[in-house]
Amino acid sequence: MNIIVCIKRVPQTADADVRVDSSGKDIERQRLSFDMNEADIYALEEAVIFKEKFGGNVTAISLGGPDAEETLRIALAKGADNAVRIKAEELGEIDAYKTAQLLALAIKSKPYDVIFSGCMATDDAYSQVGVILAELLGIPHATLVTKVEAQEGKAHVYRELEGGLLEHLEMALPAVITVQTGINVPRYASLIAIRRAASKQIETIGKDEISDTSLTLNAEIEELFTPPVTKRAEIIEGDAEEVSTRVATIIKEKGLI
Amino acid sequence: MAGILALVEHRQGTLRDITFETLACGRLLAQQLGESLTGVILAENPDEFAEQLKSHAHRLILVNSPVFKNFNAECYQEALSQIIRSENPTIVLMGHSAFGMDLAPSLATSLSIPLMTDCLAVDFHDGILKVTRQMYDGKLNARVKLRKHPSYLLTLRSGTFTDDQAQLNAEIVNLDLALAGEPDYRRFIEYIEPVVGEIDITKSDVVVGVGRGIKEKENIALVEDFAKAIGGVVGCTRPIVDAEWLPKDRQIGSSGKTIKPKLYIAVGVSGAFQHVAGMKGAETIIAINKDPNAPIFNEADYGIVDDLFKVLPVLKEKISEIKG
Ligand SMILES: Cc1cc2nc3c(=O)[nH]c(=O)nc-3n(C[C@H](O)[C@H](O)[C@H](O)COP(=O)(O)OP(=O)(O)OC[C@H]3O[C@@H](n4cnc5c(N)ncnc54)[C@H](O)[C@@H]3O)c2cc1C
Ligand SMILES: Nc1ncnc2c1ncn2[C@@H]1O[C@H](COP(=O)(O)O)[C@@H](O)[C@H]1O
Repeated sequence: MNIIVCIKRVPQTADADVRVDSSGKDIERQRLSFDMNEADIYALEEAVIFKEKFGGNVTAISLGGPDAEETLRIALAKGADNAVRIKAEELGEIDAYKTAQLLALAIKSKPYDVIFSGCMATDDAYSQVGVILAELLGIPHATLVTKVEAQEGKAHVYRELEGGLLEHLEMALPAVITVQTGINVPRYASLIAIRRAASKQIETIGKDEISDTSLTLNAEIEELFTPPVTKRAEIIEGDAEEVSTRVATIIKEKGLI
Repeated sequence: MAGILALVEHRQGTLRDITFETLACGRLLAQQLGESLTGVILAENPDEFAEQLKSHAHRLILVNSPVFKNFNAECYQEALSQIIRSENPTIVLMGHSAFGMDLAPSLATSLSIPLMTDCLAVDFHDGILKVTRQMYDGKLNARVKLRKHPSYLLTLRSGTFTDDQAQLNAEIVNLDLALAGEPDYRRFIEYIEPVVGEIDITKSDVVVGVGRGIKEKENIALVEDFAKAIGGVVGCTRPIVDAEWLPKDRQIGSSGKTIKPKLYIAVGVSGAFQHVAGMKGAETIIAINKDPNAPIFNEADYGIVDDLFKVLPVLKEKISEIKG
């Protein structure tokens, strides 16, 4: 089985101080750490599980700058056989639609039986790329998938809806499956695998291979700003002893316990 | 014919809340643009839904077919493509839900319409459409301009647009579409209800929510212990369930449970909107987080900006004291 997995390198912003840069349209990246997008870690694992079950090979593909190769090497260390980087630095402004177009161009020339992506990238939070990719390739898709059972040419997939309700579908392969976190338990890469991945070849695709005449940009970020605060918590100051006493008093006065 | 088109979302025979929010946003836009709002109901026997939505739109398009009993993005896309082509709406709206996420990107792509997802606000002037949405774990908002086009497709974040009890009287249009039926390549099989566990976090007056700030599985015991001392139960964020540190029935949020306790204490929880969706109904919210910019502090009533490992033991003691 030929398995493709889309992987994005994203800044880790959940517990970082995220600041707008001087252009007003992007963030200051220097002080942030970067890693594989969370859902993509699960997508990669699912791809590797597929390979272990059905044989074949896994190709990890990422549109990003040169440092995306670092993330692709992690994918190689975790079980991907090949890696492809589409050189974002040569391709101007990028949004979800253009990302999917570029991924489709790179994937079109390769054999594939199934394509995994994450359900959402944590930086832009679009939840678009996987589904657009499927439509551009003319294959079916299913999003927010937390379980897949594949057979010859078809798959039973389970989408997770609001409230944890599952939607069980039967689909023909090839298809794009956008993976929700929790679908599996991702493995760690062994040190040996990491070392081995360091010397592997990463295929690159740039403007020489892609004529951008047909590429469309649908969305453009005009401005980034701190969300306006409608309700702000009363921050209780002091050491652990002081804040705890104060909180306990509030709980008592309000009769919350 | 221009206008605003809003897609009605229903599941297992019931309209979803997001439908009313989407229609509310649609009315707002219709008023601003001097256009009318049309709700689209794709359902098996749509009449009852139409009855419930009559006052929410200027017009309701009803397509009655058994293929719409359950959600299948392919069937929805086929019908909506036809409707959008004939209506030429200025803006098409739907929820940024499990339904909208599965449908909107492929629909927009097939029709070459610019799409933006998870919108919090919509601004449309002189044919230029801009939306406000969140990025980077909710730490920043972005104003995004879409490519100029006669039609746009937007998905809306739930809980953002409030239903303002409209008093319209919709014209009902029953539409007969030629539909291919459910395709072989994607077939709906069934819905599977979530598993019910031993503890029902929706029934407790006091819930302690634990998030990734807890760092390790072993530390969950700390929170269990704290919750027990203050007479509450432990709920959690999605990553805690993903890591299998707590069972799925403890998950609070859009893809987990919705709780409305008297007291919710968030411990090492960042406050992603998918989590907040499940707990914002709590009477009083207290958050402990070491990051002063964590979005949870925009939801909480009281905040403690500190290391949870330092605060939790002391807080346990103090609350135990007042409990007596
Ligand atoms: C379709 C979809 C559905 C989803 N459904 C849900 C859902 O139902 N429920 C849900 O919760 N999430 C859901 N999510 C995931 C959601 O987007 C967030 O990723 C998640 O809520 C984050 O969980 P967290 O707060 O535990 O982790 P993080 O975002 O990683 O936050 C950890 C927090 O802990 C703080 N912290 C770290 N160390 C300490 C310390 N020592 N002391 C104090 N604080 C500390 C950090 O500052 C940070 O704010 C969903 C996502 C998608 C795409
Ligand atoms: N630049 C990229 N390179 C590779 N895959 C991507 C890229 N951007 C998005 N994806 C994939 O598409 C998914 C959804 O991204 P998004 O639509 O941006 O939320 C991600 O989880 C990735 O699997």
